[in-house]
Amino acid sequence: MKVTIDADLCQGQGRCFSIAPNLFGFDELGNGVVIGDGILTEGTLEQARLAQSNCPEHAIFIEEDR
Amino acid sequence: MTIKPPVEDFATDWDHTDPQWVQDPYPIWEDLRQRCPVAHTERFGGGWFPATHEGVSMVAKDTENFTSRTVVVGNGRPDDDALPAPIGVAPPITSDPPFHAIARRIMLPALAPGPVNELEPQVRALCRRLLDNLGDHEIINGGMDYAQYIPPTVIQQLLGFPAEDEETFREFVHVIMEGVDHPEEERIEEFAPIEEYLRVQIEDHREHPRDDFTNYLLNAEIEGNKLQDEHIAGTIILTLVAGIDTTWSAIGAALWHLASHPDDLARLVNEPDLMPVAIEEFLRFYAPVTMARLVKHDMEYLGCPMKEDDWLLLGFPAANRDPAVFKDADKFIIDRVENRHVAFGLGIHRCAGSNLARMELRVAIEEFIARHPRFELADPSDVTWAPGQVRGPRNLPIRILR
Ligand code: HEM
Ligand code: SF4
Repeated sequence: MKVTIDADLCQGQGRCFSIAPNLFGFDELGNGVVIGDGILTEGTLEQARLAQSNCPEHAIFIEEDR
Repeated sequence: MTIKPPVEDFATDWDHTDPQWVQDPYPIWEDLRQRCPVAHTERFGGGWFPATHEGVSMVAKDTENFTSRTVVVGNGRPDDDALPAPIGVAPPITSDPPFHAIARRIMLPALAPGPVNELEPQVRALCRRLLDNLGDHEIINGGMDYAQYIPPTVIQQLLGFPAEDEETFREFVHVIMEGVDHPEEERIEEFAPIEEYLRVQIEDHREHPRDDFTNYLLNAEIEGNKLQDEHIAGTIILTLVAGIDTTWSAIGAALWHLASHPDDLARLVNEPDLMPVAIEEFLRFYAPVTMARLVKHDMEYLGCPMKEDDWLLLGFPAANRDPAVFKDADKFIIDRVENRHVAFGLGIHRCAGSNLARMELRVAIEEFIARHPRFELADPSDVTWAPGQVRGPRNLPIRILR
């Protein structure tokens, strides 16, 4: 499982990095960035989902394993 | 001023300055969502108001069909001699693509989370000082004596202007906010002392550089060229216009809510970890800012026959109450964890000051409830709400309970 941010959609609303500061950070402009490779574990999936459901721009994507 | 007839049906004759809308707009929007959902008016020379989240987000993201040339609904349209889009009079808020991105990019780094977090101790000290000054009076004015003092001084600190100028600066802010829609000649005269003050401050920052927003702007470049002093002064004025009554309205509305909902106040006092979630719910439920666009050309949009230069009132606060997107949209839920609210707008014009605004709101509420864990409205009928596109309580008498 992997989380990504679509940089074209992200407007730096800053919800992701306040909700899940271990998964998301911000760049010089305050836009959201994924920390590291974005691979999620059982433990971090829920946080990633929470950030996703709070992003007003629908810019966060989670690729689920099947 | 001409007296306008009261609105009888907001679906065909909306007016966001009508007393009913100013006092309590939420039932009006809910009614429009159920039967319209895009309202029309002949007032202000013609305009539209989508009351749904879907309508608001479509328009906010559509810079092909709508222009930000002016974002405040009035009777006239901007003069021909005003700087036309894409640059506009107050970049980036009144700019369209492609220039918008250039003007916005210049501001963003200085308002990103890093620099904003550094201001937090100063903001906290300011809130404590204001509470000290209010002393142990039984009744205090949470609007005029607290919320309205915080943002001007925070912007002054952000800009790195001398602390002893606090009163002068607050006076300037007052002139700017009262004067935004005064006729051009009057405004030039009223703004002259402000421009002179800014000129002196900019010069002082040039001679004695330090780490603040003013020096940041002095160092900024567009395509290898430094910004002209007028551009710097203009950007500073924009932070005053966009960053002050917006934020004090948000602080005031949160205090109003806590003063009238003792259960929520008690929870917030006892569970400080709730604060970040609660802040987002304050922003959703009492979103203070409504913006506007102008229709670029005649078209059929959202099922409506829109004409060039019609207004489009962009109701972020209405979108935040749409039950299609928010469960129990009309309920304030202090621990609402899923909250995709749009109080700071959507798309390319998303509030550049949102990190700062959130920090101010959080610190102002944290400090207020730490000092006064129990309080109530002294007289609910005495509370007045500001009319227009920025909504928040102005007069807010609060009784401190001991
Ligand atoms: C709670 C407080 C605030 C709220 C609710 C708020 C809301 C908004 C909204 C809805 C927009 C979008 C405008 C549009 O779509 O046309 C906006 C834009 C903007 N805001 Fe704020 N704002 C707040 C505080 C601030 C502060 C503190 C600052 C500056 C220090 C600021 C600076 C700006 C700027 C520069 C823009 C224009 C961005 C652009 O056009 O790219 N705002 N704000
Ligand atoms: S919440 Fe969404 S818009 Fe905001 S910074 Fe994160 S990804 Fe970007």
